[in-house]
Amino acid sequence: MSQEQIFDRIKKDVTENDVVLYMKGTKIFPQCGFSALVANILNMLGVDFISVNVLEDDEIRQGIKDYSNWPTIPQLYIKGEFIGGCDIVKEMFESGELQEMLTDKGITLQVAS
Amino acid sequence: MAISSQEVIALIKIGIPDATVTITDMAGDGDHYRADIVSPSFTGKSRVQQHQMVYDALGSKMGSELHALSIKTSES
Repeated sequence: MSQEQIFDRIKKDVTENDVVLYMKGTKIFPQCGFSALVANILNMLGVDFISVNVLEDDEIRQGIKDYSNWPTIPQLYIKGEFIGGCDIVKEMFESGELQEMLTDKGITLQVAS
Repeated sequence: MAISSQEVIALIKIGIPDATVTITDMAGDGDHYRADIVSPSFTGKSRVQQHQMVYDALGSKMGSELHALSIKTSES
């Protein structure tokens, strides 16, 4: 695919789905510690999200880094906006900012009580 | 291929001259570092923008010699 086609596909994925996590592996079988951490945070919050396994698609693996001008995986998108990688998502989760942002954007959390 | 913590500090300071950089070697393999970076030039920038400044400073090293760099940025 051309870069334009790759960007179109990414744009479609991140705008048609509320929460998208580009990661190594899947949300059930993460294959990298950093990806696992973000997936686990989302699973813990009971957020409904789709994960894109960049290990299965080299074009997306490089394309997503160009799309966001961010050199690493994982990458979290909420309502089409790039939120950050592992460090930022972890920081936001620990401060409660992630939960607040998700709720503000109308995304339901099912935190296990 | 590993990279020394001095080289990581040097690269960040070239890209962000007013930065104070503290590196912690997380795994002792020259490949997993944590960088705490304090710089007034982060002021008014989002976390993503702050981290992008650091990645820009590291250039092509990020994702090649430097597999895992955990970043913590702050303005002061």
